[in-house]
Amino acid sequence: MPLLQLEGIVKQFPGCLANDQVDLALMPGEIHALLGENGAGKSTLVKIIYGVQQPDAGQIRWQGEAVEIANPAQARRLGIGMVFQHFSLFESLTVAENIALGISDARQRKGLRSRISDISRSYGLLLDPDRAVHDLSVGERQRVEIVRCLLQEPRLLIMDEPTSVLTPQEVEKLFATLRRLAAEGCAILYISHKLEEIRALCHEATIMRQGKVVATCDPRQETAERLAELMIGSRVSAPDRPASSQADKPVKLAVSHLSLKSDQQFGIDLKDISFGVRGGEILGIGGVAGNGQSELMAALSGETPVAAAESIRIGDVAAGRLGPAQRRLLGACFVPEERNGHGAVSAFSLTDNAFLSAFRRRSLTRHGLIEGEKTRRFADDIIRLFDVRGRGVRAEARSLSGGNLQKFIVGREILQRPDLLVVAQPTWGVDAGAAAAIHQALIDLAAQGAAIVIISQDLDEILLLCQRIAVINLGRLSAPRPVGEVTVEQIGLLMGGVHGTAPDEQLEGEQPRVART
Amino acid sequence: MINILLSIMTASTPLLLAATGELVAEKSGVLNLGLEGMMLVGAVIGFAATVHTGSASLGVLAAVLAGIAMSLVFAFLSLTLMANQVATGLALTIFGTGLSALMGAGYVGTALQPLPKLTLPGLSDLPVLGPLLFHQDALIYGSFILLIAVAWFLYRSHAGLVLRAIGDSHDAAHAIGYPVIAIRYAATAFGGGMAGLAGAYMSLVYSPSWSENMTAGRGWIALALVVFATWRPGWLLLGAYLFGGIMYMSLYIQGLGVNLPSQFISSLPYLATIVVLVMISRDRLRIRLNAPACLGRPFFAAG
Amino acid sequence: MWLALEPRGQRSAFWTYGSPVLALLLTVVTAAIIFAALGQDPAKALWTFLVEPLTSASGLPELFVKAAPLILIGVGLSIGFRANVWNIGAEGQFTLGAIFGGWVALRVGEGSGWWVFPAMLLASILGGMIWAAIPALLKTRFNANEILTSLMLTYVAQLLLLYLVTGPWKDPEGYGFPQTAMFGDAATAPILIAETRLHLGVFVAFVAALLGWLILSKSLLGFQLRVLGSAPRAARFAGFSESGLIWLSLLLGGGLAGLAGLFEVAGPIGQLTPSISPGYGFTAIIVAFLGRLHPLGVVLAGLVLALSYLGGEAAQIDLGLPNAVTGIFQGILLFYLLGCDVLILYRLRFGGKQLGGKSLRGASR
Repeated sequence: MPLLQLEGIVKQFPGCLANDQVDLALMPGEIHALLGENGAGKSTLVKIIYGVQQPDAGQIRWQGEAVEIANPAQARRLGIGMVFQHFSLFESLTVAENIALGISDARQRKGLRSRISDISRSYGLLLDPDRAVHDLSVGERQRVEIVRCLLQEPRLLIMDEPTSVLTPQEVEKLFATLRRLAAEGCAILYISHKLEEIRALCHEATIMRQGKVVATCDPRQETAERLAELMIGSRVSAPDRPASSQADKPVKLAVSHLSLKSDQQFGIDLKDISFGVRGGEILGIGGVAGNGQSELMAALSGETPVAAAESIRIGDVAAGRLGPAQRRLLGACFVPEERNGHGAVSAFSLTDNAFLSAFRRRSLTRHGLIEGEKTRRFADDIIRLFDVRGRGVRAEARSLSGGNLQKFIVGREILQRPDLLVVAQPTWGVDAGAAAAIHQALIDLAAQGAAIVIISQDLDEILLLCQRIAVINLGRLSAPRPVGEVTVEQIGLLMGGVHGTAPDEQLEGEQPRVART
Repeated sequence: MINILLSIMTASTPLLLAATGELVAEKSGVLNLGLEGMMLVGAVIGFAATVHTGSASLGVLAAVLAGIAMSLVFAFLSLTLMANQVATGLALTIFGTGLSALMGAGYVGTALQPLPKLTLPGLSDLPVLGPLLFHQDALIYGSFILLIAVAWFLYRSHAGLVLRAIGDSHDAAHAIGYPVIAIRYAATAFGGGMAGLAGAYMSLVYSPSWSENMTAGRGWIALALVVFATWRPGWLLLGAYLFGGIMYMSLYIQGLGVNLPSQFISSLPYLATIVVLVMISRDRLRIRLNAPACLGRPFFAAG
Repeated sequence: MWLALEPRGQRSAFWTYGSPVLALLLTVVTAAIIFAALGQDPAKALWTFLVEPLTSASGLPELFVKAAPLILIGVGLSIGFRANVWNIGAEGQFTLGAIFGGWVALRVGEGSGWWVFPAMLLASILGGMIWAAIPALLKTRFNANEILTSLMLTYVAQLLLLYLVTGPWKDPEGYGFPQTAMFGDAATAPILIAETRLHLGVFVAFVAALLGWLILSKSLLGFQLRVLGSAPRAARFAGFSESGLIWLSLLLGGGLAGLAGLFEVAGPIGQLTPSISPGYGFTAIIVAFLGRLHPLGVVLAGLVLALSYLGGEAAQIDLGLPNAVTGIFQGILLFYLLGCDVLILYRLRFGGKQLGGKSLRGASR
């Protein structure tokens, strides 16, 4: 008998059908993949299972009996635990307090500390219960969530995109834990869009597209290409890879010995960072989230100027002390990680958002007044050339899907004809079609002679686009190396903080597989 | 000397009561700037109820209920309808100022007996400590007990942990199944009740009488006190007594007949508030570390 | 739950402007209920409050005279609020403007010269700006909350005014009243229409609203202020100076409030007294919100709130209602407005199963 069975689950949101007649069956001890693109309806489905949302129609059976899961506390009572993609942790509280908050039954909170140590020892999930969460690395935070679930001896564990924030080595450790849990009889619902992981870990896969289940299969029997096709619905061609040698081109960005104390509460200090990018080149900066990426982006864009002007040179100008406006006039453009509220103002129209960062380079003002017509035409150009689907230039930024807004922002920066473009997480939370378009646009820009820096946690993306890769870990950057000369294992070690000169003897090792993002 | 300390306690208590309530609301992520309005309504209702029933206890109870009612208006607008908390708090103060003036028009000039002092046999006769610690009105004792209870609740009880968690991240709290809005309603109502109590203290003990706008900015000073205390109960006590001291001093200096215009001395508490606020706020890191991360941010259950 | 909200995903243009109208209607209905509760005939009381003040010959000019300070302050505040700068101390800046301008007037006395009134205008703007510069400095330099600092300064300003009119500036021939001498002719705001009290300040208020609109909706500066208010990180991304914009909004708001203070004492009042404002600085906050933080909307809202003052006075005289009724209605109006504004971004669903089961963004799955 299945542990959990969903029949005909329907969930309607204003403007979209998130789940359309979804069926799913999970056996005890099974690791079951829920596979699909961003926006395919996976997250909605697991929120229904965990009682965060209620289905509009359909039936949930738990061990054969029809149940209504009204809230997460009830889900936990049934034996369902969940580890969220964006962790549901409280920064200012300690590990023990965070775990206590996830336990509804007051009796279970007695003697919590010793049980935390027991569980974390027996599953190899080391944790100090008295440390505040804001001091923990991303991997440690995930451990807190997992321990919180395990303390309640779940029958079903839901993991929502658990590996997107882990190094390859941490992923291996996580898989070991999950396999052990499954062997003990716990069912695991594993949500991901990473095909290789699913092939390595899962016994069964349910593939969703646009709210519907399009296939179920045994992922171990399928190729990654076949799974990708099922997930996306059609083939997406890989972008043309740029040529690799730019040694003779001028250096557009030179960072030397850049150090910066973070002004954020729980930020990372940048330590002695050096790298250079030439025209026509794409440099990738990989690393696990929260290792100084946002601080590096702020230092490069000028949002946080640095005291030593020489530590950042844009073209031949020492630009360390300049603000974002002056750096743009030097030919540098930027795409920040966060779209809403950083790269764009959610409540503003696309016209206003086009003006936001482009008015200087596109001279959209006269005598201190905004040139409305010229700005509208520019916004319209972005929409046309980058295929931004929405309600035109008057639409508010927040009404666009993530992918379309990202195309708009990238387009806005590219149409300013930058000599240097720094992009953070270019395709985070973006559908495959938009991601491919953005990738192609970046490659085309480089082909026209601009230098590009991509800061991304998505290793596959870096390996797909970049000629050279460097890895940031705890605010330090490894020396950039040509992509063809490093293995995924070596990059993983760098991401985990194992620095030192890379061993050259393993260069012919297995080439990284390029999974679709 | 003892009389001075007694007067300082009387001046500090309304600040402490109001700030303790606001602390709980802010810890849950609710910034209620309507403290002044709630205090005024509490003051007038407490006064009127005492006059009509002859019972100070009923007056205090009425004031607490009035404060709660006012705070629920705030909660409905800012929590259920997600109106801007700053604007809603201001509206509450404007409304409360008008409402208290209207209701209190008939009570201006009416006098009341102050609350009786509680006497503890034996202890109250001790020198110095006796009158200070053991011969006070019930509300002064109440202000200490409530502060200790709030400190215990916030840092020792599971419900308090939940409340702090909601102030830290309402999205995470919602994701693991806590009723964010309901708990914020409760915290806001507690803040309102305490503001009502503080108002009653003004009109029943401190003055004891009713006059228009009698709180004279104490609600705002209490708001500043919460920042001064960097959201910690112990510091709240210190701050309330510091400001009570300054308020008393400004009255005392005037009584001495010092050759300084009385208006300058009267402005001392307001200037002191600014100075203290600057001293605390300049340490941005300390503010960020202690301020509830979701303070003033609207929450909509996105599922 | 009996009430559920469903996000629209986009601002509703209809409700952006419909919300204040609905709020006004609800306030009138509530006012009728309150009048009935106070033992008045609601219809008669509403007539007294809303219509009667406008029926006399001086009605309309008086409305504009009362609206002028509200509009001047409201324009400044809406620009600040757009930038998320919460200057709550306009009442204090108003007072300082009156004090600074009044100082010029008192120094000149009965003297004359074309420069007297312009000098008073400049002095009042300077006074308001100085008072607003304090919270600006404390905010940008020390991170101190401008709500609390600007409000505390209001109390200080009122005490300062009280000190001046009872002390050094007291009129020796004023029979002991706490007030200064009346301003001379050259120090009085020019009257625009003879036989009325309609003074230059009314004209200036309309010009300020027009300029405010130009700045806020058409200029790069206004764009920067709006970005700072909606998304501070986006402002940093675009390279706008946060502290510069905070300074600017406070100085602008302070200067306009100071100007309003001057026109009040050099216009209808004609001297400095301890009570030069019936709370214009606070009412202007409501004006700013009711006017959608839009300078032209502020003009309309200023007229509405001015009517509430005139109506309050009329109700006091004709019906014997306390003046505090005005404040209550103003507070209720702001309540309704803030409540109705939910309709701009959300649709109401009655009888829904649960509150908040719906998604904030349709696409967030």
